Amino acid sequence: MTARSIRGVAATAMAAVLTAGAAACSTPGGGDGGSDGAKGGKDSLVVGLANEPETLSPLLGYGKDGNSKIFDGLLRRDAAMKLQPALAAELPKITDDGRTYTYKLRTGVKFSDGKPFSAKDVVFTYRTILDEKTNNAAKGELDAIDRVTADGDDTVVFTLKYPYAPFAERTVLPIAPEHAAKGQDVNSGSFNTRPIGTGPYVLTGWSKGEKLSFKANPGYWGGEPKIKKLTMAIIKDDDIRATRLRTGDLDGAILPPNLVKGFKGDKSKRTVTARTTDFRGVTLPTANKVTGDVAVRRALDLAVDREAMVDKLLEGAGKAGYGPVPTDSEWFAKGTERRHDLDKAKKLLDDAGWTPGDEGIREKDGQPAKFTLWFPAGDKLRQEHALAFASDAKKAGIKAEVQSGTWEVIEPRMKNDAVLAGGGNPADPDFDLYNLLHSSLALDGFNNMAAYDNPDVDKALEDGRRSGDKGARKAAYDKVQRDLAADPGYVFLTHVDHLYVMNDGWQGLTTQVEPHDHGLGAGPWWNVEDWQPKK
Amino acid sequence: MARMAGRRLLLAVPVLAVVTFGVFAIAAASPFDPAKAYAGSAGLGAGQDVFDQLRENLGADRPFVARWWDWVTSAVTGDLGDSSTLRQPVADVIGERIGWSVLLCAVAFALAVTVGTALGVLAARRRGGLLDRIVTSLSYTLEAAPPFWLGLLAIWFFALKLGALPAGGLTDTGSDVATAGQVASHVVLPAVVLAVSQLPWFVLYVRQGVGDALEEDPVRGARARGLRERTVLLGHALRSGLLPVLTLVGSRVPELITGALLVETVFSWPGIAAATVQAATSVDFPLLAALTVLATAAVLVGNLLSDLLYGLADPRVGFDG
Repeated sequence: MTARSIRGVAATAMAAVLTAGAAACSTPGGGDGGSDGAKGGKDSLVVGLANEPETLSPLLGYGKDGNSKIFDGLLRRDAAMKLQPALAAELPKITDDGRTYTYKLRTGVKFSDGKPFSAKDVVFTYRTILDEKTNNAAKGELDAIDRVTADGDDTVVFTLKYPYAPFAERTVLPIAPEHAAKGQDVNSGSFNTRPIGTGPYVLTGWSKGEKLSFKANPGYWGGEPKIKKLTMAIIKDDDIRATRLRTGDLDGAILPPNLVKGFKGDKSKRTVTARTTDFRGVTLPTANKVTGDVAVRRALDLAVDREAMVDKLLEGAGKAGYGPVPTDSEWFAKGTERRHDLDKAKKLLDDAGWTPGDEGIREKDGQPAKFTLWFPAGDKLRQEHALAFASDAKKAGIKAEVQSGTWEVIEPRMKNDAVLAGGGNPADPDFDLYNLLHSSLALDGFNNMAAYDNPDVDKALEDGRRSGDKGARKAAYDKVQRDLAADPGYVFLTHVDHLYVMNDGWQGLTTQVEPHDHGLGAGPWWNVEDWQPKK
Repeated sequence: MARMAGRRLLLAVPVLAVVTFGVFAIAAASPFDPAKAYAGSAGLGAGQDVFDQLRENLGADRPFVARWWDWVTSAVTGDLGDSSTLRQPVADVIGERIGWSVLLCAVAFALAVTVGTALGVLAARRRGGLLDRIVTSLSYTLEAAPPFWLGLLAIWFFALKLGALPAGGLTDTGSDVATAGQVASHVVLPAVVLAVSQLPWFVLYVRQGVGDALEEDPVRGARARGLRERTVLLGHALRSGLLPVLTLVGSRVPELITGALLVETVFSWPGIAAATVQAATSVDFPLLAALTVLATAAVLVGNLLSDLLYGLADPRVGFDG
């Protein structure tokens, strides 16, 4: 082979590679939607979010708290967080002392591929999630289910292991079609990226790390949405998201309080504040000699200045938190608010024998009043809460050494070290209170990270989840919150509002009470399918 | 020549085996927990039994040697396995993304080679002159600047301050179809940043090579014959001065891949890089191994290519590598 002919071959090969590269150019998961941008008109909406779902399959946990856009649950929540029927024709009938839930299904509903929806799809969805081969990290939420069976085409019966009052709240979980999702690997099959549902929107493209695109489902049983085209851009960086909102690339975005201020003077935009149950708090491990002492716990609980944290850290966008249940919830136990009272905190410590020692740090029987407080590295809001907590504790003579690490580092140390925790699910008080406080879940994964152990609280938590009577439940959860105030195994600090900035082009925008994890289903666009353009 | 290529390809097999084994070993020794990474935010409310089940399903408790062997044996049959983080078969992940990474790297590499050669020649023409001093010191500065920093700087200046170019992504947010025009405007910033991060090497090599060649006898002879300066510079000096650059092409491939990794992340470019970072931090063995093989193969092919080209360009060097 001569050098010349080899050069020729190499050039041809290069050209072929480049052509093939150009031919393969469709966006990953590319779609068939139109191409009008954010300014394209009132029938399209482009929003910027910080987080992206790992999967779009309900079988692996997508949309488990509702508003999944692509799918519907048996039930859904309205703006006031009340359950309403969706794929079910009516709210479930509860029999057998709260152990049997019977759902009558809506008839005539079709999946977006034209195939009819029926009871077998519901049974398939729940059974697949509960299957041990399915890698669904949220399957613990369905622990109460003993079995789920279809009774004909239009009735589904759930039988529970124990009476569980908040069970209906879990059935907002989206329903996947058996005919499309069955017969492929549930953990990695194509259904994860190309889902089919009954919901108001159909996925047209998902470019991972960049955006998800949807178009209105013309055959939606609730009527075709007015917003025909919906794009959810994934932009992790807050500043870049704000910039793209300002340049008109986005119609709306979630933003932190300091960046929201920049839009205050902009007449074309409005700020929407969502109330939440999104708490931040410090775990006080029971096994630790310092944080396990009730006097120290109560002193810390009084020494923290929650109002100052709301003003300084959240710029007013939030509320002081005294427990997982926010003060404006109907489940909040009135009278359990604790005012910032440093003198009382000091007195509690003095009375319990924690006397001032070196450098203002108290001691008792040779044990200095200090412990380590971890926050997950990179979480700025938790870092600020941790530092504010440590500075308040210092004033009472207790030293919290603030350290950061990844969860892999923090988790093995949770037995003895405090963690700046976050969480919150607005649907039912059982969801947060039971997992945070019941002694049977002490240090079980990320449940009850403080290993809180209080027999009275355990009893009340069980009463609260078993009783079907709302008054009895309210009494039980009032008791939990009062006992928690008397022996605070966590120092709850704040509830964080979620802020959204929107183009002012639609009427009657609302938000739901939002959970800690707020993905595609949260924000003013939780019900984008019902939006009407402003006249 | 064919023999050399064949021998190199044979040698690639044990190299790939060793590299993937090393990747499995390092990933197994890392503190990241595959089950927690898989669970993501849902995991922060999950109980221990869920984690145990996940760990078992993902095979995370098995020794890495066994996992490596399973991977090798199924990869040989063409089954690359499933990515646990992306909930997709590995082949799909790579198929969707590699085209965009190749596009970005090809544009950046072409840009770096042409601009680098041009600047190098200009600098070499008057060594010690003003242009040379500017180009050389700029090259050293750029060589020290990390690509992600250059990327953020470029976004700040061109996207935020000037508003001239899009800050990231493959297309405008509201648009789903990757038209040529959209992609062309979006590829500019990442490709230029990647090219700039590779540029100094080419500039400095070409400057050195051409500068040395200008001192050599053939060039002196050509000048003595009264040839035009242009002919002397491009026909004689550049030709022999480019030889070391050919070697450089091969050895820059790993740097290009690392650079692309950072640049893609900064510009949310939907290429292989984002997947690589995710695969590494969540100990996603199948995806990590496949991507490592790709990167290793690119390096080996790059080296082979530069050796072949060298052999073709300089008859004094044989094909016996």
